Amino acid sequence: MTINVLIFGMAKDLMGGSQVSLKIDGDSVYPEELKQILITKYPRLQEASNFMIAVNKEYSKNETKIKDSDEVAIIPPTNGG
Amino acid sequence: MIDIKITDEPLQVGKCFKRITSDHSGCVNIFVGTVRADNLGKKVLYLEFESYEDMAINEIKNIANSIKEKFNVKNILIHHRLGKVEVGEAPIIIAVSATHRREAIEATGYAIDTFKKSVPIWKKEVYQDGEAWVSARP
Repeated sequence: MTINVLIFGMAKDLMGGSQVSLKIDGDSVYPEELKQILITKYPRLQEASNFMIAVNKEYSKNETKIKDSDEVAIIPPTNGG
Repeated sequence: MIDIKITDEPLQVGKCFKRITSDHSGCVNIFVGTVRADNLGKKVLYLEFESYEDMAINEIKNIANSIKEKFNVKNILIHHRLGKVEVGEAPIIIAVSATHRREAIEATGYAIDTFKKSVPIWKKEVYQDGEAWVSARP
């Protein structure tokens, strides 16, 4: 499947864009697996320590199964205010 | 009443106070974050904020709802500004009204602490000689 990933904050600089399409084997992926795939492809992402994955505008849980129809985003540590 | 907003417009304390005060509350506690001219020894010209807006609104709603559960308060206002925010200006205003002060003060503190951890908004510091995303700090 192919998933579209939105990129925010410092992760945009580390990955060189605000969106990326990823081809992934199978028809779903868990957030931790997706993080590993992203770090392998974009090693500099490790500089955004403990970034999170959001699925459909909510923080994902370990057991969230991400499918190609989901809105997926990389959430680096937040610091509004 | 819960009043949540993410906006490019400057935030104004007086307007927020008017929105939140009520004849049935004994106090309004207001937290205003402001932009500092220096950070870690570097002179800051201004900050630039961006958000994942739909999710940010959801997360702010979650904070407001959990304030309602945890504290006995009347009205809650949480406004955040995006884009360029100059030194001395306010990127965030949180205002809470309640019958008694302790609940309002505690709720406001809880709101800003939780906001920083969970709401997908990021800031970049712009200096004379460059810029940098600000890492999370406690």
